[in-house]
Amino acid sequence: MNKPVVIIGAGPAGLSAAIELKRRGIDKVIVVEREAESGGIPRHSHHQGFGIRDLHRTLTGPRYAERLTADALKAGVTLHLSATADLDPQQLVVSITSASGIEHHDAAAVLITTGARERPRPARLVAGDRPAGVFTTGQLQQWVAAGRPIGSRALVVGAEHVSYSAVLSLRHAGVKVVALATELSRPQSLTGVAPFVHQVLRVPTWVNTRVTGINGHSRVASVMLEDTKSSKQRQLDVDTIVFSADWIPDHELARRSSVAIDPASLGPASDYFGRTNRPGIYAAGNVLHPVETADRCALNARRIATAIASDLGLGRDSGLSLGVEVEAPIAWVWPNRIIVSRPTETLLRLSQFSEAKFVTASQGGQRIGEAKLRHGIPGQHLKLSTSLLRDIDPNRGVVRFALDA
Amino acid sequence: MAEQFDVIIVGAGVVGCAIARELSRSELSICVLEQSSDVGNATSKANTAILHTGFDCVPGSLESTLVSRGYERLLAYSEHCGIAVEKTGAILVAWDEDQRAELPALQEKAIANGYHHTRILESSEIYEREPHLGPGVLGGLEVPDESIIDPWSPIVAFATQAKHAGVTFAFNSSVVSVTTQDGRHLVTTSQGKYSSTWLINAAGLFSDSINDYCGHDEFTITPRRGELIVFDKLARSLLSSIILPVPTATTKGVLVSPTAFGNVLLGPTADDIEDKNATATTHDGITRLIEAGRRIMPELIDEEVTATYAGLRAASQHRDYQIHLHADQRYICVGGIRSTGLTASMAIGDHVATLLEEAGVTLSANPRFREDLTMPPLGESQCRPYQDPSKIAADPAYGQVLCHCEHVSAGEIRDAARAVMPATTQEGLRRRTRAMNGRCQGFYCSAQVLECFEVSSDE
Ligand SMILES: Cc1cc2nc3c(=O)[nH]c(=O)nc-3n(C[C@H](O)[C@H](O)[C@H](O)COP(=O)(O)OP(=O)(O)OC[C@H]3O[C@@H](n4cnc5c(N)ncnc54)[C@H](O)[C@@H]3O)c2cc1C
Ligand SMILES: Cc1cc2nc3c(=O)[nH]c(=O)nc-3n(C[C@H](O)[C@H](O)[C@H](O)COP(=O)(O)OP(=O)(O)OC[C@H]3O[C@@H](n4cnc5c(N)ncnc54)[C@H](O)[C@@H]3O)c2cc1C
Repeated sequence: MNKPVVIIGAGPAGLSAAIELKRRGIDKVIVVEREAESGGIPRHSHHQGFGIRDLHRTLTGPRYAERLTADALKAGVTLHLSATADLDPQQLVVSITSASGIEHHDAAAVLITTGARERPRPARLVAGDRPAGVFTTGQLQQWVAAGRPIGSRALVVGAEHVSYSAVLSLRHAGVKVVALATELSRPQSLTGVAPFVHQVLRVPTWVNTRVTGINGHSRVASVMLEDTKSSKQRQLDVDTIVFSADWIPDHELARRSSVAIDPASLGPASDYFGRTNRPGIYAAGNVLHPVETADRCALNARRIATAIASDLGLGRDSGLSLGVEVEAPIAWVWPNRIIVSRPTETLLRLSQFSEAKFVTASQGGQRIGEAKLRHGIPGQHLKLSTSLLRDIDPNRGVVRFALDA
Repeated sequence: MAEQFDVIIVGAGVVGCAIARELSRSELSICVLEQSSDVGNATSKANTAILHTGFDCVPGSLESTLVSRGYERLLAYSEHCGIAVEKTGAILVAWDEDQRAELPALQEKAIANGYHHTRILESSEIYEREPHLGPGVLGGLEVPDESIIDPWSPIVAFATQAKHAGVTFAFNSSVVSVTTQDGRHLVTTSQGKYSSTWLINAAGLFSDSINDYCGHDEFTITPRRGELIVFDKLARSLLSSIILPVPTATTKGVLVSPTAFGNVLLGPTADDIEDKNATATTHDGITRLIEAGRRIMPELIDEEVTATYAGLRAASQHRDYQIHLHADQRYICVGGIRSTGLTASMAIGDHVATLLEEAGVTLSANPRFREDLTMPPLGESQCRPYQDPSKIAADPAYGQVLCHCEHVSAGEIRDAARAVMPATTQEGLRRRTRAMNGRCQGFYCSAQVLECFEVSSDE
């Protein structure tokens, strides 16, 4: 078998999958990355905390990215950097454009690992002027790494892990952080660097606070904040605002390749093995459901790589799979195509704080199982046991997930 | 000593640049004074980018004449220079009986404007063509020649040809007074003084102030703000033509339109305001647009928003353009170009040249003027450099994509930095290349794009 497996996106998920495919004896593995360097988001996260679950050590983001890249090259993976990929989903032909021209590859399988991005300011419909000084965390970290000037007084929007990471980057760039602001009633991160930011750096988190406008012609001069409880408005003088979290999968390539999208996660609809509705097209990592830590993405991608290798050897397992629906405040569940013959653990994300103790699954109004909810914090990882899908019935269609007090 | 010119044009919007281009065909020394740092940096950068047939103008008005002529001129010019235009056609959609009742009158108005190709459509035919429209369409009027255009490249193209032909562009030069000295205009700007035989006022929102400096008061500008939402390119497949509202006595309504860059626009609002610098979007305006959009095309609202912006129409108390020749004073006012100025720009340029000739100015051919110009292809329907193997083979920088959402290559960024009318700011770069104008708004690429831009600018 000489056709390559082509992986699009060389972040932790793409690189880990590539290494695993080589380990499983796949002859040709090509990874296409649009950036000049491989490694994905961790390249710009200059702090510890990467590689714990997959490499069993703790590394900084850039070290982690280097390590995965080195391992992939050692395993014999072909890396195309500064390259733009296009996919013909019918023929599984990947076109790769780079400074050396346009190449076409007939693929045995294609794995999409294009990651996720934070919604930028326009997508959050924040009104006002369009001055400089408005960032997302990812953009901020790249600017800091490139030594570009940032500003002097900042507000960070969001109170998740990544928001605290933004605070550290701002501090590193010499920017005073006035506060973190979240529309939710509590901060979402209480571990990691959050206590350090609150207690040592003394940066407060303002809860029930929404940003409703940005003022300033060429540079941010102030932002308008609304108390979501009282609807009272106030003005805060800052020259920098960082919109953190609020992730959306980078699903463009998937959608343009007519891969079905799960309306809840906005990632490609897929089963536990990353199989999408298009034969031969798989997805892994943060593009599936935003967002997990890098090590979890890596482990997820390894498992999906194993499935690709076995599908290529044995032919695709075409067992019945069922779709899902979620009830608020569940943001999404994954897998969102459930293989009836092999129910697995379920990942879940909340969009609001909840006191609920259980998650239930039902089909056609009848409960098929339940599982314990370990915490009620939105935006944080939650994994539910297979008991949730205990009595799944192949004939009763869509599985619906809800919370139960 | 003030610098001397035959003609001074105040304002480098689409109108001022089109006038400069047209006059640069003749051997006149011309200077364009612009308060901003770039061409097209005011109203001309924030419109709905539709090339109008003029079917709904006020029949018999100057605007009607110049829009229908301008349509033909800009269409031909864009094809000539490789600027993206797509003849998508438009459908005016009637959502209630009042609106449906307006359709025959609109058809007659189109005929009075010299446009004969409209057709009244049944709702079934509309849904067949636009299946993603929301429920409740009662009928509509088809305007098959309404087109979408890249609204920025024409401005840069006009200015490029004018500069080639010898026109001086003075940026960051705000005109603060106009006096008469020895029978010439003495124009004082924030940067210095200029003197000219003729003065042309194309100052958009401030055309009334310049008119006032010259001792006239035919009109006052009241800015009418229009807010717009740009949706992600993934929404482009939801529609094939421009969906226009039916104007009635009570409401103006908003439109949904594809863009030449492959996005979808929703807007504009129409709010009379006081402040000529208030180009901020408002919470209220965006909320109204989302509500209107949900009715017109519900699925559109589920797509991601790429940008929001607001433009100010230079509306006056008159319904027509305020183009006045004061031959005795050697002054031409080109004001009140409210909501069709992009379309009419080239015809306005022609019109101004004719007025000058009527006033006795001889326009002899300038050998430095070059008809030929090729603009970078930015349109979704065009072959972009990254898709062109021969271009990449000739210059690998065109295969090195830096802005991934909009597929902008290092070669295009370098070209924009070194062009005749170069990008000098981030905003200018965005408009000339589309870099950082896509869905991620620079999340991934801004650091690299700007580095490439700065290095290219320095060389
Ligand atoms: C500020 C911040 C701090 C973080 N801190 C931690 C931490 O401490 N520990 C931790 O474990 N995780 C952390 N994370 C999360 C971690 O970075 C992500 O979980 C991880 O990077 C996801 O891996 P991925 O491979 O799915 O996606 P990504 O890392 O996003 O990689 C996707 C890759 O695909 C490429 N790509 C996208 N589209 C295309 C295309 N069309 N063609 C070619 N290439 C394409 C992209 O350029 C990118 O290189 C942090 C994230 C952020 C933003
Ligand atoms: C929301 C909206 C939607 C629109 N949609 C369309 C459409 O779909 N199709 C269409 O054809 N038209 C459309 N228009 C109209 C079109 O954009 C305008 O008619 C056109 O841009 C006007 O160009 P201008 O050159 O007259 O004005 P401007 O672009 O405003 O240019 C005037 C220039 O003069 C400069 N200036 C002002 N005062 C001074 C001074 N004192 N000294 C020096 N310089 C000065 C300004 O800086 C500015 O650059 C729309 C307009 C809006 C607001």
